[in-house]
Amino acid sequence: MKYIDEFRDGEVARGLAAAIAREADPARTYNLMEFCGGHTHAISRYGVADLLPANVRMIHGPGCPVCVLPIGRIDLGIRLALERRVILCTYGDCLRVPASDGLSMLKAKARGADIRIVYSAADAVKLAREHPDREVVFFAIGFETTTPPTAVAIRTAQREGLANFSVLVNHVLTPSAITNILESPEVRHLGTVPLDGFIGPAHVSTVIGSRPYEFFAEEYRKPVVIAGFEPLDVMQAILMLVRQLNDGRAEVENEFTRAVTRDGNAKAQQLVADTFELRRSFEWRGLGEVPYSALRLRDAFRAWDAEAKFDLHYTSVPDNKACECGAILRGVKHPRDCKIFGTVCTPENPVGSCMVSSEGACAAHYTYGRFREIPVRSAA
Amino acid sequence: MCLALPVRVVAKPDAENAIVDLGGVQKSISLALVDGVEIGDYVILHVGYALARLDPEEAERTLALFAEAGVAP
Amino acid sequence: MSTVKPGYVRPLDLRHGRVDLSHGSGGRAMAQLVTDLFAAAFDNEWLAQRNDQALFAPPPGRMVIATDSHVVSPLFFPGGDIGCLSVHGTINDVAMAGARPLHLAAGFILEEGFPLADLKRVVDSMARASREAGVPVVTGDTKVVEQGKGDGVFITTTGIGVVPDGIHISGDRARPGDRILLSGTIGDHGMAVMSKRESLEFTSDLVSDTAALHGLVADMVAAAPGIRCLRDPTRGGLATTLNELAAQSGVGMAIDEAAIPVLPQVEAACEFLGLDPLYVANEGKLVCICAPEDQAALLAAMRAHPLGARAAAIGTVEADEHRFVQMRTRFGGRRVVDWLSGDQLPRIC
Repeated sequence: MKYIDEFRDGEVARGLAAAIAREADPARTYNLMEFCGGHTHAISRYGVADLLPANVRMIHGPGCPVCVLPIGRIDLGIRLALERRVILCTYGDCLRVPASDGLSMLKAKARGADIRIVYSAADAVKLAREHPDREVVFFAIGFETTTPPTAVAIRTAQREGLANFSVLVNHVLTPSAITNILESPEVRHLGTVPLDGFIGPAHVSTVIGSRPYEFFAEEYRKPVVIAGFEPLDVMQAILMLVRQLNDGRAEVENEFTRAVTRDGNAKAQQLVADTFELRRSFEWRGLGEVPYSALRLRDAFRAWDAEAKFDLHYTSVPDNKACECGAILRGVKHPRDCKIFGTVCTPENPVGSCMVSSEGACAAHYTYGRFREIPVRSAA
Repeated sequence: MCLALPVRVVAKPDAENAIVDLGGVQKSISLALVDGVEIGDYVILHVGYALARLDPEEAERTLALFAEAGVAP
Repeated sequence: MSTVKPGYVRPLDLRHGRVDLSHGSGGRAMAQLVTDLFAAAFDNEWLAQRNDQALFAPPPGRMVIATDSHVVSPLFFPGGDIGCLSVHGTINDVAMAGARPLHLAAGFILEEGFPLADLKRVVDSMARASREAGVPVVTGDTKVVEQGKGDGVFITTTGIGVVPDGIHISGDRARPGDRILLSGTIGDHGMAVMSKRESLEFTSDLVSDTAALHGLVADMVAAAPGIRCLRDPTRGGLATTLNELAAQSGVGMAIDEAAIPVLPQVEAACEFLGLDPLYVANEGKLVCICAPEDQAALLAAMRAHPLGARAAAIGTVEADEHRFVQMRTRFGGRRVVDWLSGDQLPRIC
């Protein structure tokens, strides 16, 4: 697979690993947050951590739109499916997220809710076309990568006059999440979470460009390197961060130049701006209410806004008291610090969303990471 | 955040849609978000939509950077 | 004078007819379905007797029995259908004990409204698979459920077989130092089926690898009677099978990602949907664990057989109280290949 296989080359990886080891200053640690869940997954899946020196540490960030989705939002979707008998279309990621009353979308499906996995928002529109007698609701999640596709779907529904299609919008914004972490007491004042730099999201950046991160680099004096999705991209970005930190620089650098420019995709940005507006506030799981961090549909598209159409009212539902997803999402705690990790809360029976999404910190640690802490016989 | 892949455009049934190929597997996707995509171009695909065109020169440059970094001074 | 021949019985409308509740009620309609569709297709001495059971003398030696239910959707997929899948699946379960499969039994649950043309297609496919494998379907049963309570057709097959003397193949026999062999490419079946699923469709040349493996197994057992374990990695994929064997035998495993054969199109299809080929179902592959000294002979026997052309040695059994299956990634790192959690779902993140 072109542009994929070359970026997974083991030989080149060894060279980069040696470079990182060479240039990392043994007298200090480098605490790097990979913001994007996709990077968390790549690091785990390819075993990148094995190739890093001990003083270069990766911290998982909250860039997992499933992980930050509060219980109350999933409840809205489930209720629509169970009580209003809509066809609820969702990306596969949401299916097992635990919601209220011991339900998840998967469990609601078992109770008769018509919940269907779609690959694309366009598939949800197609279902609406094919079932004019049913209401079809698309449960839209995601950061800026996934928002433009939702916008296109809504415009398509508008163009075709599909009155039975609507979207339950849960789109959130990356810069808000980064600000929230950087402003958290543990990071800004107390210094209990040492955070030296960021690996910036790959595909969010194809849409928003590298420009929005310049603010963080300047204001918070932390370097940001936007990295592509493949393990070699991640390693190169780590090397670039190490170099910036060694030089005392705090700049935005772009490793993913093959897909990211400073301005990003203007057409997609414009479409999103024309279709959505900022919510004054939105609850993020684990982070609480975050101002100007999420989107809702503009009035012109009210007819396709599920919240307006079905008169939905959001009720905040607190997380299970034992669940540490909030602290974990902020990088303040590690999965192993959670009392119920691996026992009560497992991928089969997740209590919090960090355990559900394959790139949630807890799921990643459970599936790949917890073994590192048990001395295992070396696989020759 | 996100699962997105570089795929090659092999056909354009109309201005808004493309057939893309990755490793011999083909899928129909939307070009609504990117202008000026031609057959033979590579695009970044996410949930059925092209988000950006991939720049082959930059890709080569990045690979060269990897190789160069790996060479001990 | 009537122009209708005496003794005329209206034949089953196999072109346009549909299953209805009378086909399951035990009356004439059901008898006609069994005779004209099932027995006609399977066509053997046992079914010709028209009993509710099949009589045979037990062969000498130890016997195995295995059963499998099949609920695959869609019913017809590239390279196969629920019919041949149900024959192959149970033959394979029997064969994984090193046994020679003898007979199959087949139970059908039909949904009211299911087109008879589709049923004929499924049954003909079963009959063909059964004939090619040399394992007859000697008895069966049919029930009909109301519309909405089934997925067209569910099939349960049960198979029996005989284990040759001196053969002891079981999941708990792997020992540290043993070699792990794989008969071919992984993920073909699961991705071929996925390519036809609503809203996930993609175009490819992928076909299911569904196949009866008893011939391959017979060759392997002849080459190395001391085989420790055999298992076919169906639902849950190779990763699940390796974890099962590790748990049963109380050992760990070390496998090499680069050694595991995967078709480029399977890799690409998995990339599209965010799936891992290690967890994708196979229906015509097997995992074999053997003593190190048997590896060469087994690989040669496998590669000489059409169903084992891409056989490979993928790893080694280790002593490990945690029973981890560890993998050296192509990238050079290390990761643990854990049990599957729930269903592998396509993802956007």
